[in-house]
Amino acid sequence: MDAAKEAMLRRAEEIIDSYGCKRENIIAIMQDVQAEYKYLSQEVLEKIAEKLNIGVAKVYSVATFYENFSLEAKGKYIVKVCNGTACHVRKSQPIYDGLREYLGLQGKQKTSADQLFTLETVACLGACSLAPAMTINDEVHAKMTPDAAINLLEEIRRKEAAQNA
Amino acid sequence: MPDCTLTRAQFHMLQTESRDLLAAQKLKVLVCAGTGCVANGSMKVYDYLKSACEARGLNVCVALREEGGEGSVHLKKSGCHGFCEIGPLVSIEPLDILYTHVHVEDCDEIIDKTILGGEVIERLLYHKDGEVYQKRDDIPFYKLQHRIVLKNSGKSDAEEILEYIALGGYAAFEKALFEMTGEEVCKTISDSGLRGRGGGGFPAGRKWESVRRNVSDVKYIVCNGDEGDPGAFMDQGVMEGNPHSVIEGMLIAGVATGATEGYIYVRAEYPLAVKRLRIAIAKAEELGLLGDNIMGSGFNFHMHINRGAGAFVCGEGSALTSSIEGKRGMPRVKPPRTVDHGLWGKPTVLNNVETYANVPQIVLNGADWYRSIGTEKSPGTKTFALTGNVVNTGLVEVPMGTTLRQVIFDIGGGIKDGKKFKAVQIGGPSGGCLTEEHLDLPMDFDSLKKVGAIIGSGGLVVMDEDTCMVEVARFFMNFTQNESCGKCVPCREGTKRMLEILERIIHNEGSLEDLDTLQSLAETITEASLCGLGQTACKPVLSTLKYFRNEYLAHVVDKHCPHCNGRKRHLEINPTLCRGCGKCKRNCPMEAISGELRQPHTIDVTKCIHCGACWGACPFGAIDAIEEEG
Repeated sequence: MDAAKEAMLRRAEEIIDSYGCKRENIIAIMQDVQAEYKYLSQEVLEKIAEKLNIGVAKVYSVATFYENFSLEAKGKYIVKVCNGTACHVRKSQPIYDGLREYLGLQGKQKTSADQLFTLETVACLGACSLAPAMTINDEVHAKMTPDAAINLLEEIRRKEAAQNA
Repeated sequence: MPDCTLTRAQFHMLQTESRDLLAAQKLKVLVCAGTGCVANGSMKVYDYLKSACEARGLNVCVALREEGGEGSVHLKKSGCHGFCEIGPLVSIEPLDILYTHVHVEDCDEIIDKTILGGEVIERLLYHKDGEVYQKRDDIPFYKLQHRIVLKNSGKSDAEEILEYIALGGYAAFEKALFEMTGEEVCKTISDSGLRGRGGGGFPAGRKWESVRRNVSDVKYIVCNGDEGDPGAFMDQGVMEGNPHSVIEGMLIAGVATGATEGYIYVRAEYPLAVKRLRIAIAKAEELGLLGDNIMGSGFNFHMHINRGAGAFVCGEGSALTSSIEGKRGMPRVKPPRTVDHGLWGKPTVLNNVETYANVPQIVLNGADWYRSIGTEKSPGTKTFALTGNVVNTGLVEVPMGTTLRQVIFDIGGGIKDGKKFKAVQIGGPSGGCLTEEHLDLPMDFDSLKKVGAIIGSGGLVVMDEDTCMVEVARFFMNFTQNESCGKCVPCREGTKRMLEILERIIHNEGSLEDLDTLQSLAETITEASLCGLGQTACKPVLSTLKYFRNEYLAHVVDKHCPHCNGRKRHLEINPTLCRGCGKCKRNCPMEAISGELRQPHTIDVTKCIHCGACWGACPFGAIDAIEEEG
């Protein structure tokens, strides 16, 4: 196991302990782990099962039930296009389609090849007055258009490229 | 856990102290910190105002207890005003000014002219139809509202418990705790006629009374803040703007039923609401309004927050409690009801955010006062999230029984871009579409039920003439199908089949028979599903089938929907460009093209199937799609 994975497991253990290893806190534990690592690895889920003294299948049953949990690694920036009713009637679908094309996502693919962006939809952000809305790492962007959304992503890409240069 | 140190006498002192402190604040600047305004940059405005005021040597106070002295500015983050469309909003008291669309560039002017000079900057005020509005409550959007639950939203600091106390907060809890028995509290709530604001409209008092009568060592108070209905954000507004009213309502429910533990289940998509509630709970614990032996009464109450993880079905009672227990959020067969067998199998009061937020006002002002608002069978007010193709989107609170026309046209300002009204979806994926003929219908629990819709949580999505109602039905079916938990077959399989049929219809590949299949599937799913999600999943389809059948027919019979596919078009050959080469004729599979060699050809529109083969074959670009009139 590499060092990064070991660190993640150690951190997961800390989080589980902070909730007193109680079974009812399993959702909160997963949320906290995911908040830091953006996904739940197999090792983390097994660790949760071990520490809460429940079956791995039980842990997986919870992890796969809730939309917010991801069992796959995600990009550095998580882009969520709101597809609530208000955003839908104010044309959010073209934004999602535009971003998919911009990121070159095919089929079930959600994360861009450079591991920078993960594109998702969300049922409602509660920012209906600002429809169509979109979030990038939980920051809400109001009244989007396909072009404005692509510009936001392009800006991030430029910033990232400058940092890496 | 040690007892709360706050005594009743100290609470009274706290009330007087905070009231005096609030009254002593001469100049208040409130920057809206609701989700909408924050997304529009209100926190940048807040930070800039703070530093720019300080740079001018002004004393800026952010907490109520801060001693400011003469000439200091009290800068606050307020809850959501509800009129997010015109944000970021900044209000200045006591001048009673509401500035709209405030950005960082406007701040210096606001400080120099208004804060220091007492002058009004007209350009930042709300303008409508040539009129300028300085005061918030004069704006038509607010003027026609009746705010109980949202009373303090936008007017007070959501993160400051003392402000809530100064405005009469926790007085109802104190009254219930010391001056009323549990039975009396339940009776007051029953008499007030308060019905659950989460959608079902079940009388809250009856629920409380059942839990009170149940004998159990432990009972729970659970607040449903899992506002999953896409296009609704009323509860978000309350949790962010007035979190203490929810906590106080739950405390009163605890006093009424003898419960000592409270859980608030909040949607994961509302991070700001979670933050505000956490702060509110921590402050209440610190003061001694939550904990053991509160104000020396012997009453204990502890509060917890659970974040949802993105499952719409968790808005259903038994699914919600099972999620709090750390399990998959799946509903179970009822009875037993939650009041008998709720969280961890114990008697549980489960109400929605808005229901609890109404409680303190009812206890303070009495059941008769509450009954004087709204209709006989549905007393009180209801908050609605007005969104979609409407001019003024935002949070609206009106007395029950207000008509759709008043809300959409008088408060909402009518349809955007001067278009015509077509329909309004009320109650989200569990509700139905209402049309022009329902505009004068009073909105209350029973009137809406009669026409196949529900108040639901209160989402009102307005749709204009350009909206395809079949597409709306497909959108909601796609949503419920995604959110179906999979436990019962009718919902799991039925919604999937219905979605397939709707997809087919949208792509103009459906048949008339499909409409009958939709209808009968919808009836079966409604009858046979286990929980409310499945039982109401087909309402959007059923109501659009009923009121907009012609739009289904456009897709099925004409194979052309004017909303989805644009105006009807036909292919035409431009005679000045056509050289009569005959390529189009040879490529047409329908033999629809005729013409002599080297003479302009023509297309017979009755035979043409719009396959486009001729268009692709023409070397001269002579073939065009022509939009038909009307």
